[in-house]
Amino acid sequence: MARMKFLCDSERCIECNGCVTACKNEHEVPWGINRRRVVTLGDGQPGEKSVSVACMHCSDAPCMAVCPVDCFYHTDEGVVLHDKDMCIGCGYCFYACPFGAPQYPQNGAFGQRGKMDKCTFCAGGPEADNSQEEFEHYGRNRLAEGKLPLCAEMCSTKALLAGDADVLADVFRERALTRGKGGELWGWSTAYGKGDMPPPPEAKKKEAK
Amino acid sequence: MKTLLISSAVALLLTACGEYPQTVVYKQGEYQGKTDTRPYDNPPWNGDKAAWENDIRGRGQNQNEYKRVN
Repeated sequence: MARMKFLCDSERCIECNGCVTACKNEHEVPWGINRRRVVTLGDGQPGEKSVSVACMHCSDAPCMAVCPVDCFYHTDEGVVLHDKDMCIGCGYCFYACPFGAPQYPQNGAFGQRGKMDKCTFCAGGPEADNSQEEFEHYGRNRLAEGKLPLCAEMCSTKALLAGDADVLADVFRERALTRGKGGELWGWSTAYGKGDMPPPPEAKKKEAK
Repeated sequence: MKTLLISSAVALLLTACGEYPQTVVYKQGEYQGKTDTRPYDNPPWNGDKAAWENDIRGRGQNQNEYKRVN
């Protein structure tokens, strides 16, 4: 069974923001909402690292756990989606999300907050597939067209990968083995559970003390 | 007069009977929204999940430039 995931290779990301632009254009995302963004650590310094961040479609999604109206659902493919007709825009999911994925339109007066908008893994929403209503609420449904998210397919350095987790693991394993480094992935254990990752260097130092 | 009083009383008593509940009943931990269709329900897969998954996996492998270029 396919299990859809994103994976961003910080060794390859060049902070071009092509993924951000592709997402905004594909789904006609309104001004002020960024379903995807590029975060750079140590910007301008030698060895800076960038990573493209959006909804990670967590297996045990905190947004889903805290939603007071239960408007989130997991698809069979592991994509976390929500029903905007039910969303009350309370903002709990924003506080719960470790990636800052939920976004809110703020077009009204007095900082009025609209219904939550987030990355859909280009899988639309609960409206009829590829309908005008689905597009207006959630953007295009590329999965129903047999395509993968445009942010990943547009990525010029192929830093951002999207698709079936098994395929991504194969692609990334071959890449990491070929270049001999960069197997550590940020946010992986947060989103997908703790695997056999080695502890960070700081933890090792504390243990030694 | 009596008929008018009875009809008024009946109208008053039955005022709320035509109302339907306007609050959503939330069940904790269960999705309450509309059901979604699956991505392989549409043509050309027409419900063939295995074919759709194969197509998606094939497309995913296009992201591996080691296989694509060499």
